[in-house]
Amino acid sequence: MNTGMIAASLGLLLYIEAACLVPPLLVALFYGDGDSPAFIVAILATVVSGFAARARKIERHDIYPRDGFAIVGLGWLLASLYGALPFWASGAMPSAVDAIFESVSGFTTTGASILRDIEVLPKGILFWRSFTHWVGGMGVLVLMIAIIPSARANTFNIMLAESSGPSTDKFVPKVGRVARILYAIYGLITLTQVSLLFAGGMPLYDSFIHAFGSVGTGGFSNKNASVAAYDSLYLECVVMFFMAISGVNFTLYYSLFRRDWRPVRTNEELRLYFFIIAASTALVAINTGALYGSFAEALRRASFQVVSVITTTGFATANFDSWPAFSRSVLLFLMLAGACAGSTGGGLKCVRLLLLARAAKREFVKIVHPNAVYVVRLNGRAVDDGTLSGVLVFFFMYVSVVVIAALVVSLDGTDLVTSSSAVLSCVGNIGPGLGGVGPIGNYAGFPPFCKATLSLCMIIGRLEIYPILLLCSPPFWSGKRT
Amino acid sequence: MKVIIIGDGNVGYNIAENLSRYGNDVTIIDKNAESRRKALENLDIRYVKGNGANASVLIDAGVRSTDLLIAATSGDEMNMVCCLIARRLGTAHIVARIRDPEYADELSGIQEDLGLDMVINPERAIAREIARLLAFPPAIGVETFANGRVQMVEIKVLSGMPIANKQLMVISRNIYQPILIGAILRGDDVIIPNGGTVLLEGDVIYIVGRPSNVFRFCTLIGIQIRRIKNVMIIGGGRVGYYLARLLDEMGIGVKIVESAYERCVTLAEALPEALVINGDGADDSLLRSESVGEMGAFVSVTDRDEVNLMTALLAKRLGVPKVVAKISRADYANLLGDIGLDNIVSPIAVTANYILRYVRGLQNAEGNTVNSLYRIIGDKAEAIEFTANESAKMIGIPLKELRLAPGVIVVIIVRKSKVIIPHGDDCIELHDSVILMTKGLEPTDLNDIILSSDAPVFQHPAVVPIPPFASMKGSA
Repeated sequence: MNTGMIAASLGLLLYIEAACLVPPLLVALFYGDGDSPAFIVAILATVVSGFAARARKIERHDIYPRDGFAIVGLGWLLASLYGALPFWASGAMPSAVDAIFESVSGFTTTGASILRDIEVLPKGILFWRSFTHWVGGMGVLVLMIAIIPSARANTFNIMLAESSGPSTDKFVPKVGRVARILYAIYGLITLTQVSLLFAGGMPLYDSFIHAFGSVGTGGFSNKNASVAAYDSLYLECVVMFFMAISGVNFTLYYSLFRRDWRPVRTNEELRLYFFIIAASTALVAINTGALYGSFAEALRRASFQVVSVITTTGFATANFDSWPAFSRSVLLFLMLAGACAGSTGGGLKCVRLLLLARAAKREFVKIVHPNAVYVVRLNGRAVDDGTLSGVLVFFFMYVSVVVIAALVVSLDGTDLVTSSSAVLSCVGNIGPGLGGVGPIGNYAGFPPFCKATLSLCMIIGRLEIYPILLLCSPPFWSGKRT
Repeated sequence: MKVIIIGDGNVGYNIAENLSRYGNDVTIIDKNAESRRKALENLDIRYVKGNGANASVLIDAGVRSTDLLIAATSGDEMNMVCCLIARRLGTAHIVARIRDPEYADELSGIQEDLGLDMVINPERAIAREIARLLAFPPAIGVETFANGRVQMVEIKVLSGMPIANKQLMVISRNIYQPILIGAILRGDDVIIPNGGTVLLEGDVIYIVGRPSNVFRFCTLIGIQIRRIKNVMIIGGGRVGYYLARLLDEMGIGVKIVESAYERCVTLAEALPEALVINGDGADDSLLRSESVGEMGAFVSVTDRDEVNLMTALLAKRLGVPKVVAKISRADYANLLGDIGLDNIVSPIAVTANYILRYVRGLQNAEGNTVNSLYRIIGDKAEAIEFTANESAKMIGIPLKELRLAPGVIVVIIVRKSKVIIPHGDDCIELHDSVILMTKGLEPTDLNDIILSSDAPVFQHPAVVPIPPFASMKGSA
């Protein structure tokens, strides 16, 4: 374990976070709601901590996978803690646990809130709350790699640990360029959405908040009623479209940018993703048709909610908790499924579902033809057994985390639907669940230990299990390697 | 003609044998002492010991004055290097065997870049032949001419058929289809038929015509043609691989049995639609557990003739309706008429056909090009396709006025997209593709089929240029 390098990287990360706190400070100064001192305190604290972490001399610059995982795991914990400072210092959330929950929920792009009334909060705080979505969506550490001028080859290990999906592609040779390209695409999509929302009559401030929420697939709004507050079909469509495209693997946009259509056409995950969206929308619209009176109205509510849940955003235009059981079950499945690998969305990811289904098919073939040699393939290429068993283990771990966390949360005595959907929603980084944590409810009612558990769930889910669980495993820390 | 063959393996030896038999000067380059002994004992050739990619060895073999160099060593890369060097030393024509599937898709590019005149891929050629057989299950053999516009199908006459024991003239009156029976194989004899020829039970007839007409003729004479839906292939070598790809394109389900696990993985990765089974194709219980009896066809194409033969017999006993075996050794192929296999395919024969067609074309560089050449069992007769160009002497002359050499009939004339079954008043025109059936004559040029004017006039009874179905000149 290269502690010097880890500390230095974490210090750098804190600098980046301090820089990220500057835009909300400017917003706070602009609106003058009295929350700017909180940001100044937070920036100072972050910079000082970062400086302290970088005080030690670095002996070796190598980052091995283990170090990468440690940097990512610790980095996210630190970023969330320091990100909670403005909430706490401004007095918007007097309880430290609440502030941390909100900050974690922001960075992990979950969008679960403990706030009962959002609209009373100062504008700077709300901006920071949504801005964490944007930073956390693509990854704080990817941002770090994009910014530092000479990212070393081994920083790819950091990127691997932070990116979502079973495998990450280096589509250009230099890791720094990969990160910069991803952020460039990300920024471009965000600005496009901001202008489209603004053009549709949404105030500029709200446009930024909702663009951060949809492109980061987070789901924080500055309205209590979420997107439904605007009651505009155009705005809903814009938000829905950007949620949907943010659930797509970002490397595909890079190939589009290079006018290379082949990866897009042959991507099976993409096909599955849009198929699930279409099929679920149709099912839910038919199922809720009676509730909304007309099919068109049902289709409008259903499509928005389906996209919002599968991309793990969590915006709401309807109280889907009052939908029929079948529709709610569909939404529960979507919470589990999640978006595409390499996107800003969470959940299991469609590609894993695809591989799991194909691994299952292989077992069937193996029974009928015991001697068959059957290769699981994805996008026309064979998937090696290592990746496949990785996916199987990941699925097991994911389910285990959900089950254990649900056990802990149910200690509080809330009903089963609320507690289990809350856990599923947090691990999948969606935000709203069903029952007490549905679109009109929130997480305020949970006792502190539940909030802490759910916060941990969100980070575990965002980092795809391993970085956080590794931090808790003794062998990860022992065994010096010099 | 002077020919150098590099590589004295199965294919090299067979090509040398064929070419030297037709009077060419053949030099073989190889390093193997054993094959040298065998070649010198059996063939009338020269043998140069050495590496065919070595310039001094090639010069020693006379590469500079050679008309044709054929690189047929076991390694594709070796063959390519040989060709590069021979090209630099100034050989007139170069043919290489390149058979690795990895190169097969890039073949035309490789051919151009290396300056090859022809590339032979025996495995792919034989896979194509098997695929043609499976597309037309009742046939013993299927060949195509004129870019697939004309098909020649080999059928055995059975007792129940309405054509058995009838004169061709009678058949043509009863069954109206524009096709032609170009040759009859009776026992070991090949007969070029005329209207009066009677078909006997057990004859193998060669039906030529448009594929759709041939198909309809076959159904009319009582052959049931059922489309094959799934095929089991034993042996996942190159032939098996090419065949699986072809069958997949035809929409036929494929099961491949291969004994080497590593190869199975490669196949499974390369062939998404095929089911790859790791196991011994000669294992009775494996074949049964893979329900071989329900397969539409069974093809055994491993490296070993004996295994192919035994598995094919096993499959036949388990009730597969169509069984095809690859047999490389010519001496085995002759044994197989009696044991009940549906088809035998021979890679050597396929390769030899290719090479001979090419050599035949070279021998008349200014004449009419040979497009296709198929030899009927035992090399007794040939179906050959020429394109008529300006040098053809019979252009515009009705067939009945031509003095054709004995043992030749003009089977089909393809004019643009029109397929003509010719009768006496038809004539060959410029740029026509002419398909001939010949016996005892190996024409290298279209003009070889007409007798020169001072030769004695001889009308062979079998070559009356009025084919049996003349009354139904067809261009359907």
